[in-house]
Amino acid sequence: MATAAAQRTARPQADGAAAREPADYQRVFDAAVAADERIEPRDWMPDAYRATLVRQIAQHAHSEIIGMQPEANWITRAPSLRRKAILMAKVQDEAGHGLYLYSAAETLGTGRDELLDKLHSGRQKYSSIFNYPTLTWADVGAIGWLVDGAAITNQVPLCRCSYGPYARAMVRICKEESFHQRQGYELLLALSKGTPEQHAMAQDAVDRWWWPSLMMFGPPDDESQHSAQSMAWKIKRHSNDELRQRFVDICVPQAESLGLTLPDPDLTWNEERGHYDFGPIDWSEFWDVLKGNGPCNEQRLTQRKRAHDEGAWVREAAAAYAAKHTGGAEAAAHETTGAERA
Amino acid sequence: MTATGPATASVTAALALGDDALVLSHRLGEWAGHAPALEEEVALANIALDLLGQARVLLSLAGDEDELAYLREERAFRNLQLVEQPNGDFAHTIARQLYFSTYQHLLHAELAAGGGPFAPLAAKAVKEVAYHRDHAEQWTLRLGDGTETSHERMRRAYAALWRYTGEMFQPVEGLDVDWPALESRWLESVTEVLGRATLSVPEGPRTGAWSAGAGRQGIHTEPFGRMLAEMQHLHRSHPGASW
Amino acid sequence: MSTTDWPLWEVFVRSRRGLSHTHAGSLHAPDAELALRNARDLYTRRGEGVSIWVVPAAAITASSPDEKDPFFEPAADKPYRHPTFYEIPEGVKHL
Repeated sequence: MATAAAQRTARPQADGAAAREPADYQRVFDAAVAADERIEPRDWMPDAYRATLVRQIAQHAHSEIIGMQPEANWITRAPSLRRKAILMAKVQDEAGHGLYLYSAAETLGTGRDELLDKLHSGRQKYSSIFNYPTLTWADVGAIGWLVDGAAITNQVPLCRCSYGPYARAMVRICKEESFHQRQGYELLLALSKGTPEQHAMAQDAVDRWWWPSLMMFGPPDDESQHSAQSMAWKIKRHSNDELRQRFVDICVPQAESLGLTLPDPDLTWNEERGHYDFGPIDWSEFWDVLKGNGPCNEQRLTQRKRAHDEGAWVREAAAAYAAKHTGGAEAAAHETTGAERA
Repeated sequence: MTATGPATASVTAALALGDDALVLSHRLGEWAGHAPALEEEVALANIALDLLGQARVLLSLAGDEDELAYLREERAFRNLQLVEQPNGDFAHTIARQLYFSTYQHLLHAELAAGGGPFAPLAAKAVKEVAYHRDHAEQWTLRLGDGTETSHERMRRAYAALWRYTGEMFQPVEGLDVDWPALESRWLESVTEVLGRATLSVPEGPRTGAWSAGAGRQGIHTEPFGRMLAEMQHLHRSHPGASW
Repeated sequence: MSTTDWPLWEVFVRSRRGLSHTHAGSLHAPDAELALRNARDLYTRRGEGVSIWVVPAAAITASSPDEKDPFFEPAADKPYRHPTFYEIPEGVKHL
C-alpha cells in the first residue's frame, strides 16, 4: 500500500503535455481526438472545446438537480410503500448524478459555486423537459419511461465522449439509470392493466409527455447551433435527428406492450427507411419553453434558489467549524489511514 | 409469528416500531429537493430509505404493509409524537434525528441481543441506525459549534423537541426492554454529544401536559393529520387498486 | 463567498478486498469527516465499496475496516436500485 506522503505528491492527471512545444499543442490534441483517445483535465485543449464542455456538462448537471423536483413532488403521495422506496431512491440518484457531473465540470476549472450561481441567475440552462408539471401519479411513470428513456438514448453515446471525466461520469450514470427507465415502464404497466381510472391516468400522462420527450433531443440538425463542432470534437457522436429517430423506433413497440397509444396519428412504419415516420414537432413550443415561458420555469428556479439560500447558514456553519477544528481533522485523517494499513 | 397468526403483544410492538420508522421516513422524504447542500440530499434520502425498509419489514409482521400505512386512521397509528414533528429548519431535523436515532440505536441493540422475535430485524437495523446517529452527531457538532446563528438555531431546535423525548421510554407491550436503563443511557449519550457541540441539555419537562405516552396510544399532534392526508390521499382515492 | 465554499475532495473506493482503491470521482465537504460520509452516500449507494479514501490537497483519510458493517451494509438491501428488480413482459426491448 502506498504511503500517504507518496499519494500526496502523486498528481493523477498530470499527463505530461509540458514536454512539448506550444506550437504542437493543437496537433497533439487533434491527433488524440482523431485516434479516439480521451482528453484528460491537464491536457492542453482549445478554449472553445473547454467552453463547450463546461456549458454542456453544467447544463446536464443542472438538469439532474432541477429534474429532482417534478418527481419529488410525488414522494409524499406515492400510493404504495414499494413505489415510495423506488421513487425516493430514484430522486436520490438524480442528486448523485448532478454531483458526478458538477465534479466533471470542475476538472475544467469551473467551480460548482460558479455553476450554481449561473443556474440561479438564469445564465445557464437546464433541460426544458423539467418545466412541465407532474399532475398525476402516472407522470412519475411517464417520466421514467419516456424522459429517462430519451435521456439514456442521448447519454449512452456520451460514455464514449472525447473528454475523459465526462465520459466516466456518464458510464456511471448510465449504469445507475437503467433502473430508472424500467421502474417507470413497470409503473405505467401496472396502471395500464389496472382499473379504468388508472388506465386513463396512464394514457393522459403519455399524451402529455410524448412530444416534450421528442423535443429533448434538441432542434433538427439543420437548426442546431452547436452540433457540427461537437461532433468533430467527438463530444457528441450522433446527430439530434438520428437519436430522436432511434428513440421513436424503440418506443413504438414498447407502447404497444404497455397497451397505451402514442399521441401521434402520423406514426407509421416506413418499410423503405426501416424506421417509423412521425408527425411534425411543434418547435415553437420548444423555443417558448426554452425562453422561460413553460408551465413551471419560474417555479423550478424559485424552489432551487430557495433551497440554496435557506441552506446558506448550514454551509457557513460547517465551514466555520472546519476552520476551527482543522488541526484535529487532519490528525484524525492520518490516524484512520494508519489503522487500515495495520 | 406469522404462521399461526401473530401474537397480540408482538403486533403492538411491530406497529409501534414500524410506525416510528414509517413516519420519520416520510418526514425525511419531504426534504427531497430542499436540502441545504446537494450532498445532504443524498444523505437524507439514504436515511429515509433505511427507515422505510425497516417500516416495511415491521408492518409486514403486523399485517399488510400498504393496508396498514394507507388505510388506518390517525388514531390507529402508534408512532411517537417526536417523529411526526414537522421538519422545520435543518437544525430541527437534525435535533429530531439525534434524539430518535440515539433511542433507536440503543433499543435495537438491546432487542438484537435479547433474541426475541425482533432480534433478526434489530440486528440489521442497528447497523443502519448507527450511521443515522453518526450523521446527526456530526451535524450537531458542526451546527452547535459553527457560527453564532447556527448555534442559536441548534439550541432552539433541541429545546423545542425536548418535550417529546419522554415518551420514548414508556414501556411498549411486547418488547422485553429495561426501559429505565435505556433512558439513562440515552440521556448520557445525548448529553455527551450536546456537550461536545457546546450546547447544553435543554431544561424543562420531557413530556407535555397530556402527551406522556400519547403517540403510542394513538393521540397525535396537529401536523400529523395533515401529513397522513397527503400520504394516504392517492391510495384511498382508488380503493382496491394495485400499484 | 469563498469563506463558505466547501473544499473539493477526491474520492477513492476499494470495490472489494484484494483490489486497490480506485478513483471514483470527487465531492465537496467542509472537512474530512463529512467528506468520508458524503463519499459513502454518493459513491457506494449500491454496495460498490468496502473502503473509501478522501483526499484533500494535503491529506488522505480512509475509512477503517472496523467501520465496514454499519458503513456499507444498508446499501445491500435496496434491490429496487437495480434494473433486474423490475418485471418487464417478454419481448419488450431496449429497457
